[in-house]
Amino acid sequence: MSSNEETVCGAEETEALIAGVGRKIWDGRRPGEPFYLIGVRTRGVPLAQRLAQELTLLADDEVVVGAVDITLYRDDLGCGRRWPVLRGTEIPFPVDGAEIVLVDDVLFTGRTIRAALNSICDLGRPARIRLAVLVDRGHRELPIQPDVVGLHLPTDRSDRVRVRLHPLDPAEEIVRVLAVSRPSQSDRSPAP
Amino acid sequence: MTIASPPSPSPGSGTVAVSAPASPLSSWTRKHLLGLEDLSSEEIMAILETAQSFAEISTRSRKKVPAMQGRIVFNLFFENSTRTRTSFSLAAKRLSADTQDFSVSASSLSKGETFIDTAKNIEAMGADVMVVRHPTPGAPHLLARHVKASIINAGDGAHEHPTQGLLDLMTIRKAKGRIEGLTVGLLGDIVHSRVARSNIWGLTKLGANVILCGPPTLVPRSMERLGCEVANRLEDILPRCDVVNVLRIQFERQQGGLFPSVGEYSHSYMMTQDRVRMAKPDLLLLAPGPINRGIEMTSEVADGKHSAILDQVTNGLAVRMAVLYLLSGKMDSRTTQAD
Repeated sequence: MSSNEETVCGAEETEALIAGVGRKIWDGRRPGEPFYLIGVRTRGVPLAQRLAQELTLLADDEVVVGAVDITLYRDDLGCGRRWPVLRGTEIPFPVDGAEIVLVDDVLFTGRTIRAALNSICDLGRPARIRLAVLVDRGHRELPIQPDVVGLHLPTDRSDRVRVRLHPLDPAEEIVRVLAVSRPSQSDRSPAP
Repeated sequence: MTIASPPSPSPGSGTVAVSAPASPLSSWTRKHLLGLEDLSSEEIMAILETAQSFAEISTRSRKKVPAMQGRIVFNLFFENSTRTRTSFSLAAKRLSADTQDFSVSASSLSKGETFIDTAKNIEAMGADVMVVRHPTPGAPHLLARHVKASIINAGDGAHEHPTQGLLDLMTIRKAKGRIEGLTVGLLGDIVHSRVARSNIWGLTKLGANVILCGPPTLVPRSMERLGCEVANRLEDILPRCDVVNVLRIQFERQQGGLFPSVGEYSHSYMMTQDRVRMAKPDLLLLAPGPINRGIEMTSEVADGKHSAILDQVTNGLAVRMAVLYLLSGKMDSRTTQAD
């Protein structure tokens, strides 16, 4: 499984990327509105919590994190062989009138983000939602763009990109898993 | 409202766990829910965990998610029910499915159509799920062999009522934090009770000790074979019980003569304040409803602090959403084009 894995960022670089995303989120903030982060399950949640630590320092006030499970809003629900068991949406704050930063580890087709937006908007009417991702790997299938990106990573459509984060994973890193048929190194897809 | 880094096992406390409760199953493989006897403890836990997630949806101001958009859920009730049918309908609606009730009295069954023909007709109208209640044990199993839709048993005679068993498990688990190691008394008319059977399967699979209690005519010794203790004196078992599930006397299923009189039954088995005081201070009282106040329990007990009767109703909705959701992944392959 790890034979065609290519490390894109090690632990320190990943850490630096997260810090950079945190600063960019803070810079784009509209003062005066209640401000929350919502992580997309699964890896978006620990990422949002790391960003919240950064932002809590910058804001000198605690930044609260919620979690959204997009399963019930997927456009391919029931199409796959695997039927996912729910992980649950936990949003412990009112979204009405709030500034929300939606956080995910990897942005790919945009379908996950579409589902997350629908899910959040079913809970109320936020003042604004921004999208922050650690890695944008391109190949969008919906008109969705991030507001804050840690790393633009050119990929082949059939590659997989994995972000590993504490405490879910033993080591922190960003890796690209190359499609089996594809020779290493060819970065032919243009970055957005 | 803090940021919880370590995985916290307490859902809904305002903190967000990094990894939501690890599910015992990575995927669901069953197409029908016919009884808890068939399910593994992992499958039961997967339903309970899923139901926990669905409970959150009922707390929203907009209580609807699109998971079952375009699906049709038919309620086929060949026996009276208000609560269960309403609960299934509402659960389906919260998942955005369309629901249709099939009323037996207005049907062609009275004109001689067979049970299976009726079901096939409903299937021809595009039913994805049939929620079936029938006075004959095994009726839902028969349908599962003859139609392509997913079948949910909503009570078959005195056999099983799996979603009631599941909602009882969910209520116990939420109140006590666990099932394993608890002592649960099932009180009353065990022999005629499908709720009792589903409770027995579910509770014993999850590691609870089950005591069946009632007059010998309603709780035969032979039920010890199901892995339960059998007792006839309520006072003997009360001090050991963490939970007592008070079952209804099934007047409609009895031929009579199983106990001398309702008054005598109540004298020995009705849950009263005095009997509640004999039990553990944190006794949890369940009743599947409808309750006969003054026969199975007094009003002050039914409305008292030990009673979780209304929590059961709320949890029933979440459990039925979870079951519909999980089964809908296994519905007829005609409608799910696998990639």
